Amino acid sequence: MFRGRDIVSIKEITPKEMDKIFEVAEEMIPIAQSAERSSLLQGYVLANLFFEPSTRTRLSFESAMSKLGGHVIGFANPSATSLAKGETLADTIRMVDEYSDVIVIRHPYEGSARLAADFAKHPVINAGDGAGQHPTQTLLDLFTVKREFGHIKDLNVGLIGDLKYGRTVHSLTYVLSNLGANLYLISPSLLRMPKHIIRELKTKPLETEKIENVLPELDVLYVTRIQKERFPDPNEYRKVAGIYRITPKLLENAKRHAIVMHPLPRVDEISPEVDATPHARYFLQAFYGVPVRMALLALVLGVI
Amino acid sequence: MTEQILKVQKIKNGIVIDHIPCGLALKVLKILGIERDIGSTVSMVMHVKSKYGWKDIVKIEDRFLEEKELDKIALVAPTATVNIIQNYKVVKKHRVKVPEHIIGIVKCTNPKCITNQREPITPEFYTVSKDPLIIKCRYCERDMEADEIIENII
Repeated sequence: MFRGRDIVSIKEITPKEMDKIFEVAEEMIPIAQSAERSSLLQGYVLANLFFEPSTRTRLSFESAMSKLGGHVIGFANPSATSLAKGETLADTIRMVDEYSDVIVIRHPYEGSARLAADFAKHPVINAGDGAGQHPTQTLLDLFTVKREFGHIKDLNVGLIGDLKYGRTVHSLTYVLSNLGANLYLISPSLLRMPKHIIRELKTKPLETEKIENVLPELDVLYVTRIQKERFPDPNEYRKVAGIYRITPKLLENAKRHAIVMHPLPRVDEISPEVDATPHARYFLQAFYGVPVRMALLALVLGVI
Repeated sequence: MTEQILKVQKIKNGIVIDHIPCGLALKVLKILGIERDIGSTVSMVMHVKSKYGWKDIVKIEDRFLEEKELDKIALVAPTATVNIIQNYKVVKKHRVKVPEHIIGIVKCTNPKCITNQREPITPEFYTVSKDPLIIKCRYCERDMEADEIIENII
C-alpha cells in the first residue's frame, strides 16, 4: 500500500491509509522516546533537502531516521549548495536521488515537491512547499487529536489566526472536514480562509472574528502564528499582528477537556502561562512529529 | 440569418468557429495565433443574434485545427462549435469539449508555482468543474477560473 509511495499532498491519503500510518506511529512511540531501540532502517539513507529554514520539521525527520538506525544526508541552507549556482531543482533532485533511498524536501515554491516526485525514482516526502501543502504536519496534528479523543468525527475544532497564508491550516481544514469534524474558523477578515479551500469542504464551517463567541463549544483550539514572512504587504501584517492571544484567563471559558494545539514556533499568540494548564498539547504535538515521520519513512521504504 | 450571410461571406475551404460567447472572438483569434496577416482571409463578427441570444463567429479560410487548438478553444469558449468547410459545404461539425487533463495549454497564474520558475516541466491542470469552468494546477494545486484561464493561455 505504501512502498515507494510519494507523500506530496494530504488529499492523496485515504482515511484508511491514515489509520494505518497512525497504527504504525503508535508502535513507534517507545522508540521515539528511546525506551526501545530499533535498527529497522539500518543501511537506508534519507536526503533531507531544506531549501527554506525549518527547525522542527527538519530535526524531527532527522531524529526519526536516526532512531530507526538509518542515515541522514542533506542541507539546511541552500545558499551553500549548487542551487545558488543556478542549478534547477529538477537536476538537484536527479542527483540526490542517486545518493539516497528517500527524499524529504522543503522548498519555497508551491508544487516543488510534486516536481521532485516526478523526477525521483525513490519516494519523496513533502515537508512543506511554500504556502502549499505540508502533509506530515497534518498527519501529526490528526494523530494528536486522535490519541486525545479516540475519534475525529463530530469534534468541534476551532482554527484561529492566519487562515489565509498559513499552509498547515489549509490541509488540516480539508482533512478535518472530510473526517466529519465541525469546523470553526476564527480570524480577522483580512486573514480569512480562502474561498477555494472552503469550496472543497464537506460541510460549511462557522466563520467568526471573535474567539469568545465560540470558545465554550470547542474540543480543540488549533492556534497558528500570524507569519510576517508570508505577507506580501507589511502594512497588512501590522494591522493584524498580535490580534489574538490565548491566556489562562481566556481558557477559563473553555470546556474542561478542551485542548490547545499549535504547529510551533509560537511568538506571542499563546502566553507561556498556558503551558502549565491542562489544555496545553503543543509540545506533545511536536513530539508526535517523530513517531509519525518514523511511520511514514518505514512505510514508504517498504520495511513494514 | 439572411442578414448574417450578408455581413460575412461564405468561405470555400477552412473553418467556421460558431457560437463563441459574445465578446470572446478576439480571444479565440489570439489563442489561434492570429494576430497579424496570416496570408488567408479571416473574418469575424461580434454580437450577432442566435437562437440562444447573442454570439460571435470567426471564419478562417484555408486553415484547419489540431486537437490541441480545439482544446484551447474549449477553455476560452466552451459553447463553441467548429465547422469544417470544404467547397462551401460543412463536411464536419465539432463541438469543442473541455479536456479532463490540460497539458501545456495554460500557464499557472500563481507566481510562486514551481511551473513558473526555470524548471524543465510543462504546466499541467485537471478540470475541477466544467460549468463554471475551474481548473486545478497539478503542481501548486491552485484553482483557476475562466477569466484567469483566458489570460493565461500559452
